[in-house]
Amino acid sequence: MNIPLLTVLGRMSLAFLEATGAVTAFAFHAVRQAVQPPYYRRQIVSQILEIGYYSLPVVGLTAIFTGMVLALQSYTGFARFSAESAIPNVVVVSLTRELGPVLASLMVAGRIGAAIAAEIGTMRVTEQIDALTTLSTDPFKYLVAPRLIAGIVTLPILVLVADIIGILGGFLVGVYKLDFNDTAYLRNSLDFLEFQDVFSGLVKAAVFGFLITLMGCYHGYTSKGGAQGVGMATTNAVVSASILIFTFNYFITEAFFAR
Amino acid sequence: MSAAAKIALRGVTKSFGPKKVLQGIDLDVAPGESMVVIGGSGTGKSVLLKCILGLMTPDRGSISVDGEETVGFNDRSRARVMRKFGMLFQGGALFDSLRVWENVAFGPIQSDGMKAEEAREVAVAKLGAVGLGPEIGELFPSELSGGMQKRVALARAIAREPEIIFFDEPTTGLDPIMADVINDLIVKCVSDLGATAVSITHDMASARKIGHRIGMLYEGRLIWQGPVADIDHSGNAHVDQFIHGRAEGPIRMQVRKL
Repeated sequence: MNIPLLTVLGRMSLAFLEATGAVTAFAFHAVRQAVQPPYYRRQIVSQILEIGYYSLPVVGLTAIFTGMVLALQSYTGFARFSAESAIPNVVVVSLTRELGPVLASLMVAGRIGAAIAAEIGTMRVTEQIDALTTLSTDPFKYLVAPRLIAGIVTLPILVLVADIIGILGGFLVGVYKLDFNDTAYLRNSLDFLEFQDVFSGLVKAAVFGFLITLMGCYHGYTSKGGAQGVGMATTNAVVSASILIFTFNYFITEAFFAR
Repeated sequence: MSAAAKIALRGVTKSFGPKKVLQGIDLDVAPGESMVVIGGSGTGKSVLLKCILGLMTPDRGSISVDGEETVGFNDRSRARVMRKFGMLFQGGALFDSLRVWENVAFGPIQSDGMKAEEAREVAVAKLGAVGLGPEIGELFPSELSGGMQKRVALARAIAREPEIIFFDEPTTGLDPIMADVINDLIVKCVSDLGATAVSITHDMASARKIGHRIGMLYEGRLIWQGPVADIDHSGNAHVDQFIHGRAEGPIRMQVRKL
C-alpha cells in the first residue's frame, strides 16, 4: 500500500528538483547574457514602457483602494483601544514594507508575467526563436535580458508610486471619513516612517521584478506543443511568480527586520 | 570527408528518449550544390536540418562546414558560422511584432550593425527580388497571405547574402501555382547568390525543380541519394513508393484503427 505512495512522492520530489535546477540554470545563463554586451537598448526601453508605464493604472487603483481599506479597517480595530492616532503610522508602514511591494508585484505578475510567457511561448512554437538564432542573434540577449533588466528597474519605481498613492488613499479616508486633522495625519505618517521601511520595500520590488520576468521568460521559452503549451506556460508563469513573491517576501523581511 | 564538401555529416545520430530519430547520417553537400532531402512526415528531416544549424546537438557524429567541425561550438563560434547561413522556415517564422521591411532587415541591422536607413534599402531590394513591391514593406506579417509570407521569409533568408541556405518545406500549405512560383524564386535566388542549398520537403514537384541531388530519409537513415535525373530509376522500392505516392509498398504508415 505504501509503495505506490512512496513512488508518487519520489517522482514529485525528483520533478521538483529537476524544475528547480532547470530554472536556476536558465536564470544564471540569462543574468550572464544580460550583463554582457551587446545591449538591445530599443528592446529595453520598450519593455520598461510595457512593464512600468502601462502597469501604472492597475497598480495605482490597487494601491489607492488598499490604502483606503487599511485606514478603515485599522480604525475599526484601533478604536476599541482608543489608539486611533496610530492609524497613519500603521497605514504608512504596512504599505511601504509589505502591501505596496507585494500587491503591486502580484498585479504586475498577472499582467506582465502572463504577457511575457504568451509572447515568448508563441515565438517558440512558431519557430521565431530559432529564426533569431539563424540570424546570428542570441535569443537570451534579445528577448530575455531586456525583460529582466526592465523588471528589475521598473518594479521599484512602480512600488514607490504605489506607496505614495496608497498613503494618499489612507489620508483621504482618514481625513474625510474618520475626521482626522489633515496636518496631524501627515505629521503622524512621516514622523514614524523610517528610511529602512521604504528601502526594504524597494529591494523587495527589485527582487520581485526579477522573479516575475524570469518566470515569464522561462515558461515561455520552454513551452511546447502549440496553443495548449502556450496556455499552460502562461498559467505556470503567473502561479510560479506569485508563489515565489510570497516565499521571497518572507526571507527578505527576515533579512531586514528579524532581531 | 570529401575535401571539397561545403557541408559534411558523418555518423550523425539523434534520439529523443527511446525514439531514435537519426541513426547514423552520412552526407556531403558540395559548394554551389542544391541538395534536397525527401521523406515522410516524422522521419527526422527537420531534426537533421536543426542539427546542421546547431539548433539541436546531435548525440554522436560529426558535422563540418567548410571543413570546420561545428559540433560542440561555443556561442561565439556558433554565431560566426551562422553568418554563413540563411534559413527559410516552414511557417515563415516572421517576427509578428515587426513590419515586413524590419523582418527582412533584421539580420543586417541587429547582427551586422548596418544603419537602419541602409538596411531599409537592402530590404526593399530583397523584397523586389522575390517579386514584392516596397509598399509591402510597411505591412505587418499578419496582413499578408501565406504565399506572400513565404516570399518575405525568403527575402529575409537571402538578405545577408549567405553562402548556405536551408529550406524547410518551402511549398507546404501553398496552392500548386504559388508553390511553383516559390520554387522558381528559390532556384533564382540560390543561383544569383551562388549559394549551397539544403532543402527538406515531401513535395516531389518541388524536389525535382529546386534540387541537383536528392537523398531519401527513412527510419533515421539516408537510404538512397543520387542526382535528380536518377530518382525515377533508383532501384529502391522505398524511393519508388514515395515518389509515386503509393499506399502499398515497403513503407507502412502507422495508422491506428478507430
